[in-house]
Amino acid sequence: MRPTSARLLNILVPVKRAVDYAVKIRVNPQQTGVDLNVKHSMNPFDEIAVEEAVQLRKRLKDAVQSIKVVTIGPPKASETLRTALAMGADSAIHIEIPEADPAPEPLGVARALAKLIEREKVDLVIMGKQAIDDDAGQTGQMLAGLLDWPQATFASKLDVDPEAKSATVLREVDGGSEEIKCRLPLVVTTDLRLNEPHYATLPNIMKAKKKPLEKLTPADLSVDLTPRLETIKVTEPPARIGGGKVANVDELVAKLKEAGFTAA
Amino acid sequence: MLRLRPRTAGLRTCLRAYSTPSSPHALVLLEHRNGVIDAGSLSALTAAEQLGGQVTGLIVGAPEHVSGVIEKAKKLKGVTALLHSTAAQYSEPVAEIVSPLLEKLLSDSSAFTHVVSAHTSSAKSLLPRVAARLDLPAVSDIVSLEHDSAANATTFTRPIYAGNAIATVRAPSSIRIKFFTVRSTAFPAAGASDNAVEDKAIEPVDVSDPPTQHIQTILTKSDRPDLGVASRVVSGGRALKNAETFEKTLYPLADVLGAAVGASRAAVDAGYADNSLQVGQTGKVVAPQLYMAFGISGAIQHLAGMKDSKLIVAVNKDPDAPIFQVADVGLVADLFDVVPELITKLKDQ
Repeated sequence: MRPTSARLLNILVPVKRAVDYAVKIRVNPQQTGVDLNVKHSMNPFDEIAVEEAVQLRKRLKDAVQSIKVVTIGPPKASETLRTALAMGADSAIHIEIPEADPAPEPLGVARALAKLIEREKVDLVIMGKQAIDDDAGQTGQMLAGLLDWPQATFASKLDVDPEAKSATVLREVDGGSEEIKCRLPLVVTTDLRLNEPHYATLPNIMKAKKKPLEKLTPADLSVDLTPRLETIKVTEPPARIGGGKVANVDELVAKLKEAGFTAA
Repeated sequence: MLRLRPRTAGLRTCLRAYSTPSSPHALVLLEHRNGVIDAGSLSALTAAEQLGGQVTGLIVGAPEHVSGVIEKAKKLKGVTALLHSTAAQYSEPVAEIVSPLLEKLLSDSSAFTHVVSAHTSSAKSLLPRVAARLDLPAVSDIVSLEHDSAANATTFTRPIYAGNAIATVRAPSSIRIKFFTVRSTAFPAAGASDNAVEDKAIEPVDVSDPPTQHIQTILTKSDRPDLGVASRVVSGGRALKNAETFEKTLYPLADVLGAAVGASRAAVDAGYADNSLQVGQTGKVVAPQLYMAFGISGAIQHLAGMKDSKLIVAVNKDPDAPIFQVADVGLVADLFDVVPELITKLKDQ
């Protein structure tokens, strides 16, 4: 039986441009944030989200109608969308904010995404479990709450049944894992173990330049992205004075003993 | 096609100014498993107490799970009242099912000024969902806090960028209820007191036809101390070669020290150790008295999970491994020579 149009999946993948995970960040002298004049890339958890959407299409073939990526960020965030397009997404939306604006909070981002979803056909949102810059880990849950959709957080395995409009998800939880079954439409947040993202090939990077990228402003979606929490300052964490070395196991045992650690 | 359900009325932006702030009143989510209150929740309770006002504990669970827990929770130091809600539906902390109960408790007429929980996987799933439904932001994984009663504002510090920077964030009075999760290692666990507070049962909010069904939980069995709360941790990296060597090498040492076993992401990804043992930005954040790193180079993401440990010991063949920059005691040597010798010499003491 051929799938009817109502059973085709439209996937939305929100992505974030963040300081590259390998960069050793430095707090700026004004203590207002970190030095952002460094290499940026797609938040690693979002790469996994894009990859999962692409792999879903490989598994479900024509049942996946569209993979759309979206980002909220300064002009340069478009690069991140191009990366996602090169990985296999069909089209992109950039909700552009001025470079000088403060980074929006998870609630603001979730509100904007909820508004966008009112406009777009979306059955499945796949997004990272947290961004490695603010480490908040809230946006997916907030979006699901705002839409009153189910949520599958920290997913390490995702099986979608487009016919039944449901998904079975294995989640990473403290002390092990948990299997849940959710109805679509659904918000999934990705854990590291969901998949291994593939790098985009050069031909795909070239093709990605021709894929549609729509620009919007927060005003177009009538959302206010002004943070409601006030960031007072950003400081360096207290430095550890490490570097002490010992020459052999005897000295190591002596150091342990000195600190009060002996066999239990 | 009906793909968007209508929004509930409670989502309207809250513009009310709360002019006469009384003292803070925190609602603390007390998580439990097998009749025992989670250690993380006890730390969250300590953080809630530091707000300087009333602290109400909340226990949610299935009838067969909560009976003993309520009695224990009533006697926790710092708790000034206890609420509990019991229903078969609450046997697993499914966010979509527990959220409506919290939304009702925290509706406009609520006396609560703060909602507090440990930064656990279930609270991380639940709290932001509830906060968003009440149009409130949330603060994740705080390591310190200070409440200004006069201004009805709470200031938090929390690590960002994998712990490489600390942000100081202020939730002003315009945020009616301040939601936050607590990094357990940053606050001592609340103890027990002799007095029991009053407890009050609250009606569960029935969620008919929930969109999410819990199917099963697969817990990793371990006889060793729980990684998140252990006072000693023995951790291994990629240098351990394979799962068998990982176990054979590190477990005897962990047993001699009475330590929990941890692993770097490299070791977990290579299949040497279970996911639940991962220490780092994407795994568990630990701060034991003793952290011993064997064959771990010390990537930023790993350091994020352990650099608040009291004493860090590193054994690595590579003298330039970044782990030595944070280690209090470093030994440049082959861990396969060091570990057996260490076990023998620790036993001999």
